[in-house]
Amino acid sequence: MTALLQHPGYEEQRLQRVAEQLPCRELQAGTLLALMGEPQQYSYPSIFIYGHRASGKSHVMDVLMSELELPNATVSCVECVSVPLLFEQVLLSFFGCDAASLLPRSPSLSDFVRIYKQQCSQSPAKETRYIVMEKSELLRDTDANLLPALLRLQELVEDNVTVILLSEIVWDVFRPNTGCFEPLLLNFPDYSKGELLQILSQDRHPSYSAEFYLSYINILLGVFYSVCRDLRELRHLAALNFSKFCEPLTEGKAKETDTHKLWKNIEPHLKKAMQTVYLREVSSLQWEQMQQMEERESGAVRGLSAHTHVELPYYSKFLLIAAYLASYNPARTDRRFFLKHHGKIRKTNFLKKNEKMSNHLLGPKPFPLDRLLAIFYSVVDSRVAPTASIFSQISSLVTLQLLTLVSHDDQLDAPKYKCAVSMDFISAISRTVNFDIVKYLYDFL
Amino acid sequence: MMESCVTHAPSWSSQQMRGVSANQMPEMKSSQEVVIVIIINMSKRKVKDDHMPVGECITQVQSILRERFCHQKLPEKPQAVEAQHKHLLELLKRTAIHGESNSVLIVGPRGTGKTMLLKCVLRELLGDKEVQKNMLEVHLNGLLQTDDKIALKEITRQLHLENTVGDKVFGSFAENLSFLLEALKKGNRSSSRPVLFVLDEFDLFALHKNQTLLYNLFDVSQSAQAPIAVVGVTCRLDVLELLEKRVKSRFSHRQIHLVSSLTFTQYLERVRTQFSLPGSFPDAKFAQEWNASVKTLCEDKSVEEVLQRHFNSSKDFRSMHMLLMLCLSRVSVAKPTVNPSDLLEASRLCLSDAKADMLHGLSILELCLIIAMKHLNDVYEGEPFNLQMVHNEFKKFLQRKSNSMYNFEQPVVMKAFEHLQQLELIRPVDASSAKTQREYQLMRLMLDHSQIMEALQKYPQCPTDVKQWAMSAFG
Repeated sequence: MTALLQHPGYEEQRLQRVAEQLPCRELQAGTLLALMGEPQQYSYPSIFIYGHRASGKSHVMDVLMSELELPNATVSCVECVSVPLLFEQVLLSFFGCDAASLLPRSPSLSDFVRIYKQQCSQSPAKETRYIVMEKSELLRDTDANLLPALLRLQELVEDNVTVILLSEIVWDVFRPNTGCFEPLLLNFPDYSKGELLQILSQDRHPSYSAEFYLSYINILLGVFYSVCRDLRELRHLAALNFSKFCEPLTEGKAKETDTHKLWKNIEPHLKKAMQTVYLREVSSLQWEQMQQMEERESGAVRGLSAHTHVELPYYSKFLLIAAYLASYNPARTDRRFFLKHHGKIRKTNFLKKNEKMSNHLLGPKPFPLDRLLAIFYSVVDSRVAPTASIFSQISSLVTLQLLTLVSHDDQLDAPKYKCAVSMDFISAISRTVNFDIVKYLYDFL
Repeated sequence: MMESCVTHAPSWSSQQMRGVSANQMPEMKSSQEVVIVIIINMSKRKVKDDHMPVGECITQVQSILRERFCHQKLPEKPQAVEAQHKHLLELLKRTAIHGESNSVLIVGPRGTGKTMLLKCVLRELLGDKEVQKNMLEVHLNGLLQTDDKIALKEITRQLHLENTVGDKVFGSFAENLSFLLEALKKGNRSSSRPVLFVLDEFDLFALHKNQTLLYNLFDVSQSAQAPIAVVGVTCRLDVLELLEKRVKSRFSHRQIHLVSSLTFTQYLERVRTQFSLPGSFPDAKFAQEWNASVKTLCEDKSVEEVLQRHFNSSKDFRSMHMLLMLCLSRVSVAKPTVNPSDLLEASRLCLSDAKADMLHGLSILELCLIIAMKHLNDVYEGEPFNLQMVHNEFKKFLQRKSNSMYNFEQPVVMKAFEHLQQLELIRPVDASSAKTQREYQLMRLMLDHSQIMEALQKYPQCPTDVKQWAMSAFG
C-alpha cells in the first residue's frame, strides 16, 4: 500500500502519513508527487485535475500540502467573487499580510504580477509554491484574461510556482478561443464499488463489529449505488440510517448474524430515504426525529414539495385551472371542450394526435388573455363580472410565479401568459373546487 | 570495540584511514576484520570520487530536465529557426547601435518558440557591453496590461521616468501619455538611448480602445524621434486585420513567421536531444549511459509509433514537452532509465478522452438517461429535448422490461438530470432558465454517438439489457 508513495524529496514518515490518509487514492497521489518533483525542483506550470464530485481531488491536495508542508495557497473560486479577493489571498498566504496590503484599491492582473515579482525578489522560492484553485470552472465566468494568465503564471512572475486547477468539468470546455498554455491533464477516476465499500466501512461505530457495519454498507450500496455514486452523499446517508439498522439488535429481535432479517427491516426504510432525505424533501434533522418516534411511519412528515400546496381565493383557483387548460390544450379543441352546443366535430379528426405533439411532454404553450377569460367563464358555473379584482388576481398569480408573462413588449394590450404549475398541483387545486380537470385535458382523452 | 570501529569508519578522513593498520590496533581481535572495514571504506570513497550515487544523479537529471520542460529554459542555440534568428538579431542591432526605429511582428502558432526566439536574440544582443549600456527594454504583456492606462503606467515604471516615486506612478492617463510622448519626442537619433518595446500577446493590445498605445508607439517609430523598436509577439495570423487603418499604415509590415516545417525524422531527433543530458553533467558516466538509453528508446519501434501519433496531432514544443515531462516523472531511483512502456503510458495519459473518463463515473440511472437522450437525438434528428421527453423515453424502456428495478420517481430522475447538467454533458438551448419550469427546459446533448457507445463498452458491470437498449436502433 505504501510502496506506491515513495519519493526521494520527502521524508518517508510523512509519506507514510499521507498514504494512511488517502485510502484508494495512492496511485493518484503518487502520480501527483512524481509530477511535483522534489521541493526545490521546477514543476509543470499548470496542472488541471478533473474528476467527479467527491472523488478526493481537494482532499488529496489538502493532505499533500499540509503533511509535506509545502508552501501553498488554496483558494476556492466560489469564495473569490471578485478577482482582487483572489490576488489578496494568494499574496497573503505566500508573503504575509504586508504584501497583501500593497495591492492598490482595485488591482489589475498587472498590479498582482508586479507585487508578486517584487515580493519574490525579496524572498525567492526555495521550494515550489503551489496555488490550488478549487471549483475552477468558475474562472471561465470572470475576466477573460485571468485563466490564460494563471496558466502561464510561472513564466509571468519568473518564480517556481505551479497552479493546480481542480474541476468537475473536462478541460475541453475551458479553452479560450485564442488558445493558451495547455495544462497537464490528470484524471481522478471514480471510486469503484469495492473502493466505496472500503472507504465507507472505515467510519464504523466502535460498539459494533466490522463485519456488521460492512454488511450494512453493502445493503446501503445495494439500494443507492444505481442512483448515486457521490461518496459524501453516501456517507451522509449511511450515518443517518445506521441507528435504524441497529434497532432490531437493541430490541433483541435479531442477532448480528441475522443478515436477512436485518435486510428486511432496513430495505423499505432505505427506499423511503431515497424519496425523502436524498432529495432533501425532509431534512436530516427531521429524518432523525422520525426514526426516534417509532410509532409514526417515516415519510408521514410532509416533505418540502408537499408544502407547495397554497391556499388561493376561489376565483384565483378557477383562473389557474383555466390557465392550465389554455396552456396544455390546443386552441382548436376549445370548441369541443367548452362550448355547450358546438357543431359536429368528427371524432377521428379530433383525436388525430401523435405523441410528439403532446403538450405534457413539450411544456406549456403561451396563450392570450382573451382565451384565458373565455375558458374561465366557461368553467366557472356562476356569472362573474369582469371586475378589477379578477384582473388583479391574474397579475397576482404572475407575481406568485404560478403564471408567467411571456412577452414583455406590451403590458396592457393583449398580454400573453404561460401556466407554470405542475399536473399534481393543478389536480390538487381542482379537487378542492370539485372540478374534474382530466376530463378537459386533450392529452388524456 | 569492533562494532564501534565499524560504525565510525566511514566518517574518518582519508589521512586517518591510511594511518590505520593492523599492528597499530593491538586491541583488534584479528587483523582481517580491520582490513575488510578499510576495503569497504576505500571502495566507498572511490565511488564518491568518480561517480555520484544513483539517487543524486537522478535528482540532477530531474532538475536539469525539469528546468528544460517546465521552466522553458533557453537552449544554447535556437534550432531550425536560424534565418529568423539572424533577421531579428540584425534588426534589433540596427536599433540598438545605429538608432534606427523599427517595428516587427513575430507570428506563429502556440508553442512554436516565439518567445524562445526573442529571448535568445535578446540574450545575444545584451551580450554586447555597449548595447547593454545603451538600450532600454520595456516588456508588456497583453494578458496583464489589459488597457492603455495600465500599460502606460507600466511603461513609465519600466523606463524609470521622473514621475515615479519608488514603485508608484502618478498622474492621470492624459498626463502620463503626454509626458511619455514628450519624453520620447525630445530625444533624437543621435543623442537619446534606444528603447525596445516587447509586446507579448500583441493581438490583445489591438482590442484596446482606439488602439491609442499602438498608434503612439508606431507613430514614434515612424517619425524622427527617440529611436524605438516595437516587437509584437502573437499567435494570430490575421493580426493585421485587427489594426485600425491609421495604425496599420504606420506599421512597417515586417513579419517573422515561425511555422514548424519539421519532418518526422527531425521530430524524433528533437525528442532525443530534448531528452538527453548536456555535456556539463557532473557524472559523465551516468550522462553517457542516460544518453545511450535515450537513443535506444528513440529507436524502439513502439515508441516510434507513439511519437508518430503525437507528431500527427501537433508538432510544437509544448506538447512534446508535456509528453516528455510525463515520461520523466516516472523516472526514479528504483528505475533510473526510461523504458518504452513509460512513453506509452505517458502518451496514453496525454491522449485520453476526458469525456469518456467522466462517463465512466456516472451512475446507472444517469447512463440510462444519456442513452434515452441518444435515442431522442436519433429519432428527432438532433432536436433539443427536455426532461419530460427523456423520462418518457426511459419509461418506455422500463415498460418493455418485466422487472422494474430502475423504477425511480420523477424527482430522483430530475436530480440525476441536473447532475448531468452540472457536468456540462447537457446544455440548455437558451439561457433564460428562470422563466420555464425545470422539467420543460430545452437541452442539447454535448456527446457524440460513438463516445456514448465506447463509454458503454467500458462501463463497469453494465447491465445487459441497458446495453441492448443502447444498441437497438429505435428506442
